[in-house]
Amino acid sequence: MEGNISWFRELWRYRELFYFFAWRDVKVRYKQTLLGVAWVILQPLVTMLIFVVLFGKIASLPTDGTPHALFYYTALVPWIYFSTTLGMCGNSLVSNANLLTKVYFPRTILPASVALSGLVDFIIGTVLVIGLLAYYRILPDWHILLWPFLMFLLVILTYGLGMILAALTVKYRDVKYATPFLIQIGLFVTPIIYSLTSIPEQYRKLLVLNPLTGIIEAFRASLSPLRTIDWELLGVSIVFTATILVVGTIFFRKAERSFADLV
Amino acid sequence: MSNAVVLKNVSKRYQIGHAKHVTMLRETIVNWLRNLLNPEGMTYESIWALQKVSLTIKAGEVVGIIGRNGAGKSTLLKILSKITFPTDGIVEISGRVASLLEVGTGFHEELTGRENVILNGSILGMSKAEVIKQMDAIVAFAGVEKFIDTPIKRYSSGMRLRLGFAVAAHLDPDVLIIDEVLAVGDAGFQKKCLRAMEGIRTAGRTVLFVSHNMAAVENLCSRVIWIDNGEVRQDGETKDVIQAYMSSFGEGKEPGFNLTKVRDRRGAGDARLTSLELMDINRTPIRVIRSGDRVVMRFCYLAHARIAHPIFGIRIYTELGTLVTEMNNWMTDSEIPFINPGVGYIDLEVEFLNLMPGRYSVTLFLGAVGPLFQDLLDHCGTLEIEPSDFYKSGKGIESRFGLVCMPFKWQQACPVQSVAASRLTGS
Repeated sequence: MEGNISWFRELWRYRELFYFFAWRDVKVRYKQTLLGVAWVILQPLVTMLIFVVLFGKIASLPTDGTPHALFYYTALVPWIYFSTTLGMCGNSLVSNANLLTKVYFPRTILPASVALSGLVDFIIGTVLVIGLLAYYRILPDWHILLWPFLMFLLVILTYGLGMILAALTVKYRDVKYATPFLIQIGLFVTPIIYSLTSIPEQYRKLLVLNPLTGIIEAFRASLSPLRTIDWELLGVSIVFTATILVVGTIFFRKAERSFADLV
Repeated sequence: MSNAVVLKNVSKRYQIGHAKHVTMLRETIVNWLRNLLNPEGMTYESIWALQKVSLTIKAGEVVGIIGRNGAGKSTLLKILSKITFPTDGIVEISGRVASLLEVGTGFHEELTGRENVILNGSILGMSKAEVIKQMDAIVAFAGVEKFIDTPIKRYSSGMRLRLGFAVAAHLDPDVLIIDEVLAVGDAGFQKKCLRAMEGIRTAGRTVLFVSHNMAAVENLCSRVIWIDNGEVRQDGETKDVIQAYMSSFGEGKEPGFNLTKVRDRRGAGDARLTSLELMDINRTPIRVIRSGDRVVMRFCYLAHARIAHPIFGIRIYTELGTLVTEMNNWMTDSEIPFINPGVGYIDLEVEFLNLMPGRYSVTLFLGAVGPLFQDLLDHCGTLEIEPSDFYKSGKGIESRFGLVCMPFKWQQACPVQSVAASRLTGS
């Protein structure tokens, strides 16, 4: 117990370094100025356009009355944050090996700062969502206020999973190759291309086990007055996310004692 | 005085293979399955980098840590700075610790000098407010005022180094741990660093300083701990420990050095030095060398391959690690076209070995073209120089006269003049 308290106190003492790492990541990423920001906007936009053409127009998957562009885009912004950031979280320890072997600081601030710095892209993406709403003349109700909370939930989920992946990557180098594959599967078992309501009842229960399902569905529902928020589904996601955070932290703390020797 | 650092029976074990070689999850699963089938089949080889090290360092002490490569110094520093955890034992450190195992840790190429100072400062444990307060002093210390807002990818390696040390010199921790950072930089900057270290000492901070530079250790530290084979071999007064350490390099001496058992050697290894024999000019082995003696040093080698243009050499150091001289066949243009595989020797004739009496440490090497070493034996032996009547005056010379004895004569160059006469000529 005492060890836990001192661990959190140590974390608090190093909060500035945590911001600095996040700031460094952001700064370095946008150092190539124009191209950097353009990329952040283009990636979800182009993916969205492909989805609209492929799944909306050609395959005509149902979107429950939401305009196709908005339907895909509101799911793609959180998904791209999740997939990119999780991969970077997983590599955050290995790519900072020189720091791990030379200086002490609470190791967990490396994946945490990655999860934080990814938010900049997310916020830029959110601005475009507002643009889309204006374009389709959709006036969201008070549920849009959930957006920041969902963002926070997503960051916690990514950070929790990121810690586990990062600790595993230090020990087992092949985890690095498995991660992109797992993320690719994630794209299909999360309601991004489709809506949860268009899935037959018996498979829906399986999808609910994916904590991202509730979060992405809620992102969509928070914007469109036509959709209602499935509180039960969101509740499941919150419980799963909290569990992953706790399990991730415990796992990470157990593993961190040997990071400097293994990395 | 209160204790700054207390170590009780601290041990650290490394698993060989785990540290060096990258583990795959797939291997682990395979091994785990194999273990299930055959529980006694798998054993990990492990080495103890540190064994039952106990230390107490009081607040305000400046302690040097010395030892050969691989003795466990770095492991000790890593444990003290919480980078790695001991396998066993207790570590207690009171106060804020800053460890400098490298200069400029975490510098990022794309960021400007100023941004890197802030980042590096906070990595080393400074708060943002502290760094910003010290910014001007840091920039001035590093001497990079003009370039402080330029990305450091445009910096020279010297500038980078200076900037890194400047941040470190402005740290204000209770316990400062330093590893060899002084071994770099040009002479002027090194002097600056040493002055900064002096400042650290007078500020009453606890400092742990690891170095191979015995002169720096002697200059800065009041106490020295000698780590050997993962254990504390000696702990005490700076001068005593350094001398014991330096003389340990020549334990169990014969006339000349048998080098076949020396393990601490580097280089490609296509050829190895097997012994250094000491002889007089008639090639008779000698046990005693005296100041000013004419000496032949025979480098015996065993070559496994043909080596083109080999360079044989010897470096002679003082007991405190200062290089006195190097003698090699490149310097004198005595080129050897090649040596063939097999055993052989080459003789180095020293006209007169004008070293003052005392103990000297010897490094031997066999190199080839370029910076490549075939064999490099750091401090592999001790040369004991006995007093002699070097100046043929019957007075003898001693080590208190310095390191080298110059052949000299006093002469009356001009006739002795009276005081009055010199006044006349002077006016």
